[in-house]
Amino acid sequence: MKRPAARPVPDLGKPRRAKQPTVAERVLGNGLRVVAVRRAGVPMVHTRLRVPFAARRADHLPKRLVLDATMLHGTAKHDRTGLAVALQEVGGALGVSSDPDRLLVRGESLSNGLPRLLELLAEVVTEASYPKAAVEGEVARLQTRLRQRLAQPAEAAAEALRHRLYPGHPYGRDLPSPEETAAVTAASVRALHRRWVVPEGSLLVLVGDISPARTLDQVERALQGWAGEATAAAPAPATPTGGDLTLVDRPGAVQSNLRLGGPALRRTDDDYAALELANVVFGGYFASRLMRNIREDKGYTYGARSALSHGASASAVVLEVDVATEVTAPALVEIGYELGRMATLPVTAAELQSAASYTAGLLALSTATQAGLAATLETLLADGLDVSWLREHPERLAAVTVDEARAQAHQFLAPARLATVVVGDASRVGDELAALGPVTAASDAG
Amino acid sequence: MTWTGYGPGVPASLTVPTTSYDVRRHKLRNGLRVVLAPDRSAPVVAVAVYYDVGIRSEPEGRTGFAHLFEHLMFQGSASLEKMEHVNYVISSGGTFNGSTRLDYTNYYEVLPSNALERALFLESDRMRSPRVTEENLRNQIDVVKEEIRVNILNEPYGGFPWLTLPPVLFDTFPNAHNGYGAFEDLEGATVEDASEFFKRYYAPGNAVLAIGGDIDPDEALALVEKHFGDIPRRTTPPRPDFSEPDLTEERRAEHVDRNAATPAVALGWRVPDPVADLDAYLPFVVLAELLTRGDASRLRSRLVHDDHLASDVSASLGFMEDAFDVRDPTAFVVTAHHAADATSDQVVSAIDDELARLVRDGLTDDELGRVQARTAATLLSRNDFVLGRTLAMASLEQQRQEPGLVGELPARIGAVTAEQVVQAARTLRPDRRARLDLIAGGQR
Repeated sequence: MKRPAARPVPDLGKPRRAKQPTVAERVLGNGLRVVAVRRAGVPMVHTRLRVPFAARRADHLPKRLVLDATMLHGTAKHDRTGLAVALQEVGGALGVSSDPDRLLVRGESLSNGLPRLLELLAEVVTEASYPKAAVEGEVARLQTRLRQRLAQPAEAAAEALRHRLYPGHPYGRDLPSPEETAAVTAASVRALHRRWVVPEGSLLVLVGDISPARTLDQVERALQGWAGEATAAAPAPATPTGGDLTLVDRPGAVQSNLRLGGPALRRTDDDYAALELANVVFGGYFASRLMRNIREDKGYTYGARSALSHGASASAVVLEVDVATEVTAPALVEIGYELGRMATLPVTAAELQSAASYTAGLLALSTATQAGLAATLETLLADGLDVSWLREHPERLAAVTVDEARAQAHQFLAPARLATVVVGDASRVGDELAALGPVTAASDAG
Repeated sequence: MTWTGYGPGVPASLTVPTTSYDVRRHKLRNGLRVVLAPDRSAPVVAVAVYYDVGIRSEPEGRTGFAHLFEHLMFQGSASLEKMEHVNYVISSGGTFNGSTRLDYTNYYEVLPSNALERALFLESDRMRSPRVTEENLRNQIDVVKEEIRVNILNEPYGGFPWLTLPPVLFDTFPNAHNGYGAFEDLEGATVEDASEFFKRYYAPGNAVLAIGGDIDPDEALALVEKHFGDIPRRTTPPRPDFSEPDLTEERRAEHVDRNAATPAVALGWRVPDPVADLDAYLPFVVLAELLTRGDASRLRSRLVHDDHLASDVSASLGFMEDAFDVRDPTAFVVTAHHAADATSDQVVSAIDDELARLVRDGLTDDELGRVQARTAATLLSRNDFVLGRTLAMASLEQQRQEPGLVGELPARIGAVTAEQVVQAARTLRPDRRARLDLIAGGQR
């Protein structure tokens, strides 16, 4: 095919600044922090209630998963169906999820339904009844769902990496055994709720087509009766280390799931922006070194993704790559090569600029919707930051130097410091992996 | 967006708002249709190009080709080397993707609005001429095979039911075949195939360009003319008739999934033409919500909470798209995952039971209003994101020449009557359905 003459790529125009959200805030008498933001896009409102959990004991995990599944199964005033009907009437829904650090109750409704949504949210946090039959039903269902999750290679790999990074700490596990799950009773879930679901230290973020001042009053009326005191935070986990590759056998697997992880900086750290950009250059977006190498050059993978993740008491860098069984060891060689380059050689200024623009753009997109802004604010506020971070962080990203990025890559992307987990067919990948370094077999994917 | 009041037929207590967007339509001399939807609330712009070719149009012996070709559109173009397109989007602070569906293939970016002209250039450059080489083709065949491994071959319930139910429900190649593609078909693809496919289906007259967000419509249209206006007009292929007769008796099949730990079952029924007969189609959208969305929904209450037969149940319109970006023929699909100690017959018979009860007793007093309120709210949240809204507008322009429908759908949902919902449920009879039982081979 005859190729037309190349045309010039247009320059960027003058950027227009985003309007920063105006935040109204109040701490209620019971200790609940409430943050309301007007974002009128569509006539909806999105809410996120974040309640700190500070799990210490192993049996916290199965109990909180049952609590997630049954918190909306009835209150003193409504049964499960009645509650769901009341929410639907205002175009609304509530959803409950948890991790070792916190319980999250997400809500949404038509904006004119907000008073009703708040009433129902208050009813759930103060009067959830955890009926015995509902808990028993959900315990059985949860066991089925856990079997389904464990059968997913990505879930098995995530669990194996958690265990490698945080052995013995609540961060080290997200999939309880069927036996642990079966032992959860309605009484123990009610006790968990009483102890942990308290206003002190909790945060409620509301974003939508609302008047912030009136919303704060509505929240105060609905939730001032919620009472209870916070429990002290749990101890942080030990810093993860590298070491032998952990091989989890998945007989017959046509792919291997490669996961590498290690410690990372908090968002509040002065060097965070530099680490963030180093990570993006390495594996954080489509144009990353790793994607160019193992996808666009070698065709080993559909996707490779390296990301920073943040718990309340530890942050991690986690790399996820799935590859065909036959290229498992070669892919790991390329990953080690790219990590080694990051750890020992500088990135280019062009790479840094591209990563900074992308990261700032992504932050802007994450706040472009009501639900997205609510989630971003909740995360920032829980980390002790405030809304000014949205304005200031792009400037910090743009100011990162090549040397600063190199220093962070040297510390956090060094292959020797990362833990490696592979889920795959051990009979087909074990020998080649052992040729690269020491391998320890995990007993099973759990 | 502007408020224009409240939906018809909705009780005052619910006040489902109706919405409308400023939407302008144009057609360039080369046939490219353009949709412009300004919204200056944030300095962000979404650009989407929809080509009117999808999985249903790929030739026999070349299963998966429409999707493989989507990958090739990222491999360089008239003025750009491989990876340059991606680099320009990313270094402008944007993100991008593409997807292949039954009736279309789309490409889109969302970026800071100062990158609008750059994004238009990037899309025009590959509409002008993608750069497909033997090396890039072989590389992307490998990447697509990895995509199939990660999403289908190595994944529990991979392709269930979107790849596995259509061959039970449909007979003809366009509707029934595997759109991800057989490995031997993908491996057989040639540069000439790609060149032919591009010439035939990627003509400007076979495409829609939608731009939403922080734009001045006149300036944006001038930029569109500048970058797309001189792409030569080419013949546009007529869209084939993909319709098939309805089923006259139940069809059943089994699928062994060696990765799955627990079994599942999927049911599919044909539905009215979503484009030609939207009024008859909308009650099925409400019915899907009424049956399976939330803890008050009928099938979820019965199967999950009361009878403990299923761990999850869901209903949807279509196999891989949302309800409003697929053409005829399509389906109402119910999927239930269940524990090994329940049989799929028990699950299906409970579903039949609930459908029969709905047909016999009708809806409860408040049921329709609250389901409509929730459905409308879901559509509103989708429309809150400039990209979600722009993609919907592009698709609605392509399939219906009606991009403004994006703002009207909540009210159209609100106008569906209880009688219509019951009428829709009445068509979900065992003798019209396809049923696929998934056998869990990975139980342990």
